[in-house]
This record gives sequence, C-alpha cells and structure tokens, in this order.
Amino acid sequence: MADVAVLPADPASAFKRAQQGKSYWRRVWERLRDDKVTLAVIGVLVMLLVMVVFAPWFTVHDPYTGSVLRRLKPVGTPGHWLGTDEVGRDLWARMVFGGRLSLLAGVVPVFLALLIGGFLGVAAGYAGGLVNSAIMRLTDVLYAFPSILLAIAITGILGSGLQNTILALTISFIPPIIRISESLTTQVRHLDFVEAARASGAGPLTIMRYHILNNVLGPILVYAASLISICIILAAGLSFLGLGVTPPSAEWGLMLNNLRQALWVSPLVAALPGVMIFITSMCFNLMSDGLRQAMDVRL
Amino acid sequence: MSVAKDAALLVGAPRSNARGKLGRSTVDTGTGELVGQTRPLLAVENLTKHFALKGGLLNRTKAVVQAVDGVSFDVQTGETLGIVGESGCGKSTTARLLMHLIPPDIGSIVFDGLVVGAAEGGLSHRDLHRQMQMVFQESYASLNPRLPLAMSIAFGPLVHGLAKPAALKRAMKLLEAVGLDPMLFANRYPHELSGGQRQRINIARALALEPRIVILDEAVSALDKSVEAQVLNLLVDLKAQFDLTYVFISHDLNVVRYISDRVMVMYLGKVVEIGPVDHLYRDPQHPYTQALLSAMPSMDPRRRTLKSPLTGDPPNPISPPSGCRFRTRCPFAEAVCETASPALLAPPGEELRAVACHMRVPGSGHSRAATVVSA
Repeated sequence: MADVAVLPADPASAFKRAQQGKSYWRRVWERLRDDKVTLAVIGVLVMLLVMVVFAPWFTVHDPYTGSVLRRLKPVGTPGHWLGTDEVGRDLWARMVFGGRLSLLAGVVPVFLALLIGGFLGVAAGYAGGLVNSAIMRLTDVLYAFPSILLAIAITGILGSGLQNTILALTISFIPPIIRISESLTTQVRHLDFVEAARASGAGPLTIMRYHILNNVLGPILVYAASLISICIILAAGLSFLGLGVTPPSAEWGLMLNNLRQALWVSPLVAALPGVMIFITSMCFNLMSDGLRQAMDVRL
Repeated sequence: MSVAKDAALLVGAPRSNARGKLGRSTVDTGTGELVGQTRPLLAVENLTKHFALKGGLLNRTKAVVQAVDGVSFDVQTGETLGIVGESGCGKSTTARLLMHLIPPDIGSIVFDGLVVGAAEGGLSHRDLHRQMQMVFQESYASLNPRLPLAMSIAFGPLVHGLAKPAALKRAMKLLEAVGLDPMLFANRYPHELSGGQRQRINIARALALEPRIVILDEAVSALDKSVEAQVLNLLVDLKAQFDLTYVFISHDLNVVRYISDRVMVMYLGKVVEIGPVDHLYRDPQHPYTQALLSAMPSMDPRRRTLKSPLTGDPPNPISPPSGCRFRTRCPFAEAVCETASPALLAPPGEELRAVACHMRVPGSGHSRAATVVSA
C-alpha cells in the first residue's frame, strides 16, 4: 500500500504528500512514542529477552551445579547476590536460565495457537453458514473446559515435559483465539465497504486480503499478546504441579514449587521466581494494552 | 390534499401541462412492454425478494419478510429515476438486488438488452458490476478504515485487471473530479475526512469502474443540509461529465424532486406510483403519494400543513395486508381494496405514469373509480 505515490513526480507535490500521507504503521509508531508506560514495558521485555538469550553472559555460576555447603543462602550473600536454592544452586543463574524455558513455554503456545486459531476463526467468520457452525460448535466443546483444566488433562495424558506442555497450552489457547477472530471477522464482513468491494466484482480471496485481514489482524495480535501473560502463568502452574518441565531443569514455575518448602527458612529467595513471573506477565499485559491504543486508527 | 383539489382530481378536471419535460420514451411499467422507441438501459421485471426469518430448534422458517414484492420498472439512458418511500419499504433491498449483492428470489434484470446472469447471451454479474455501481448511505462504514483513500478508489479497477499505476492514476483523476485535491487526499485515511468528503470519495470509488449507471442509496441523507446541496450539485455535474444514469434512492422528497427526472414511490415492497417528477409532484394520484407529499414541510408559512398526513407506522412486511397493502392507512379504502391487489397501470389519459390504485381503474369496483369513469 505504500506505493500509492506514483503520480506526477514534481518535487513540490511530493513534498506536500510526504507531509500528509503517513503510512498506518508510522502513525502507530508516533502514537506509541508518546506512551511512556508502554515504551518502558517494551524496554523491560527486550532486556528480559536479551538476558535470556545470552544467559551465560549474565552469570558466572552454572545453574545446575549446587553444593550442600551453601544451601538456602539469603539474598545478598557475597558471590550469590540473590542467594541460593534448596540444593545450593545460584538463584540468579537459575533465574536467568529459567527464563529460557518460561518464555518459551509462554510465547510458543500463543504463537502456534494464533496461527491455527486465527486461520480457523477468520475462515469461520468470513464463510459464515455451515462452516461457521461447524468450527464454532467444535470450539464450544473445547471452551467448556477451563484452559488450566484442559492443559492439566492433556499433560496428564501425554506426560510431563516441555513439548507436551507447549502442546497442551497451544490446544487450550486455540478456542479463545478462534472466538475473537471469528467475531471480529463477522463484524467487519457485514460493513458496507465489504459490500462495496463485492459490488466492484472482487472475489472472496481478494476481499479477504485487502479488506478483511488488515482490519482484523491488529486486534487479534493485541489479544494474543495479552494471552502470553496468562500462558506464562499457566506454564509455570503446570510445572508447579509437576506436569510441566521436570527437575533439574530451571523454569520459574518449577523453581517456585521446589522453593516452596523453604518458604519459612528463606522467604525472599523462595518468592523471587514468582516475582519474575509477575513482572513478565505484567509487562506483556501492559504492552498489549498500549498496542491496542496505538493501533486504533480512530483515536 | 385539500378537499377542493381532491374533488377536481376525481372529476377529472383538465390538468394543464400534464406532459412535462420528458419525451415519450417511457414504458408501461404495469406490463413491462415497451411503449416508446428507445430501449431502456435497465429493465427490471417482477423483482421479488422474501427474507426467511429462521429460528427455533431446527432452524425452521418462522416467517417471511416480503421486502420486495414484484417490482418492475425501467430506467432510460441518461435519466435519473428517484425512488422514495418510508423506511422499510424495500428501497435499499431493491438497490442491493439490482447490484446483485443479494440474489433475487424471482424476477429479471435486463441491462442494455442483456439479461443479467443468464446462462448464454446474458451479462455476467462481474460484467454488470463494471456497468453498474452503487454509493452507500453510510460514508464511514463504506470505506475501509485501513486503506489509503486512493487505494479504496483504485480497488475496483485493480480487481478488473488494471495495472496498479494506471489504477492509481485513475483514482487521482477521480479525486479531482469529485472536487478533492489528489495531492492532499490520496494518502489519507477515511477517519481524517468529514462526512461530505468521505461521500465524495465513495462517489469517486463508484465511478472508478467507469459505470454507465450509478445507484445512489440514500447517498446524501446522512449529510448536513449545506454539504448535501454541494454533493447533490456534484452529482449533477458528474452525471453530465461522465454521461451517467442515476437511480437515486432517498426518503427526502425535496432532494428527489430536485435531482430526478422520474420518481417511483414504494410502499411495503411494492411500487404504488411511478411517473415524471413534475406530474407526480403536481398531481399525485395514489393516496399514499398524496399523503407523502402533503407531509412535506412547506417553506411558505402561509401554506403550512394543517391536515395531519399519514398516522401510524406502515404495517409489518411479515404479514402485509391482503389486497392493496396501503388499505390499512388509506382514507379511501373499500371492500375491493381488501380482496384484490391493484395492478400498476397507467391512469386514463396519462401514458407516462402508472398507479397501483383501484380508484384509478375504471370498473374496478371501487366507488370512486366509477366517478372517474363517468366524468
């Protein structure tokens, strides 16, 4: 859409046009630039991502080797500034490495669910009729279970482990994404500009590409971003219940579970993985709120 | 309708100037047969659309809304046919049926001699869309909020295979034609425009496929009066510039009078009267048209409306009254109106017009029809 500027190539008009015509994403960025909270939150998430990807650079300790000599050291111990866990492993190292699995289990299921659920939902919304009924009734069946229960049931059947956690979470996030994308598509489909596109003789795929998707994808993406926070919590919850990743893997939910027994001995250390889960999910939530506002063209 | 005028009408008083500006090129819309010489650009025959209201456990049809019921009319090349009626009378459904946005139950549409959608020798719907375009009422909803305006206009030509630079060039020309500076508006988005500007974009979009006929479905109804006047003038200019034919749907009688050559009045999915605009406004023959016109506010305080025109709402189109659909609100309704549905026929001595009223058909059994005959 950016190549609208093909008309007369005289400099004066080009200048005028440059002032007037800003692309949609440029406007989004301009609005985002003024939203300090969202910018800060995105900054935190970027830092988190960098920390997790380059985890070995951020810690001198190995997250898997412990020592009975230094079990449950408190926060602020020299050499272990966040203390150590119940088997004497450095907590900061485990937090940094644990972020890898936690973020993976938080982002990948939402991404997969976005692909599958988004496709099915948009298809159902655009096709209407029987296709819609078929997809939506199946969705209702999955919807009948709360997502955590569904995830527990699936991992319970398939067994624990990262892959099964991701699979279970993907399945439990598909229904809400189908719901959202179906209702958004249905709304857009009945607007006059879609009728007008049909009146100009466009086929369903062309209409989908030019008129439906660009109105629907933004809100779906924002919704999916808000799901990441829930997904991180669910993944942590599964690990906490012993259905997610297994020890000795470092994962925030699992760490919370293991440190639970030490809550009275060293409360601050035991709470730290929970703090990380809280910060991360909070940031994803705030980011999706900020994006929603920035992407609303009507504001 | 004053009593004096009513009486004059009933005894068939001579009406001067009965034949107005239009030449004799119209058809007898009652039978659909050509009376004049020229072939109509658009001939609609017995167009019918009933919407099934489904519901219940097994999704059975519970009721049928007779949105458009046996509508026939013609549009001559170069004229503007106004369609008026209360909301819910089937004006917009008619427009959507013409555009084939919804398929008709029965009825045929003949465009320039070619039957639309016919298997062979007809006009495909895709080709129809090149010839016939539509402007919608809601200027905002009818533009994609995520497309730059030039793309919205260029979309139709792109779909029909025009290369992108050529399509955008055409969009720029059309922006200029509808009075918007292409340099300022091409890359803007719909929410940055006023209602009048948006409706100009919609008009440009409708013209992008270089159609021969444009259906304007309440195209100016949502605009302020001053903007409405500007857009109406623009429509008149564009019509001359691009040799267009208009079907102008509105509930605003003044606007329809201003822009139309002929006017068709609809009531509950049926045509009650059709005729040249001068004749119809000066001497409405159907009681519904009379009521509509007397409901029109006068600009002259000395000629204020004293008699209350129609009262109540139109009946439910789910179960319209038997016989004449207007009989429940008609001051002249008699037994015959209940039993027989009046055909759309030319009243005696007026070939250009057609009225669906028993009072205008000699020997129909209506007591007032007899008066007309005897006179």
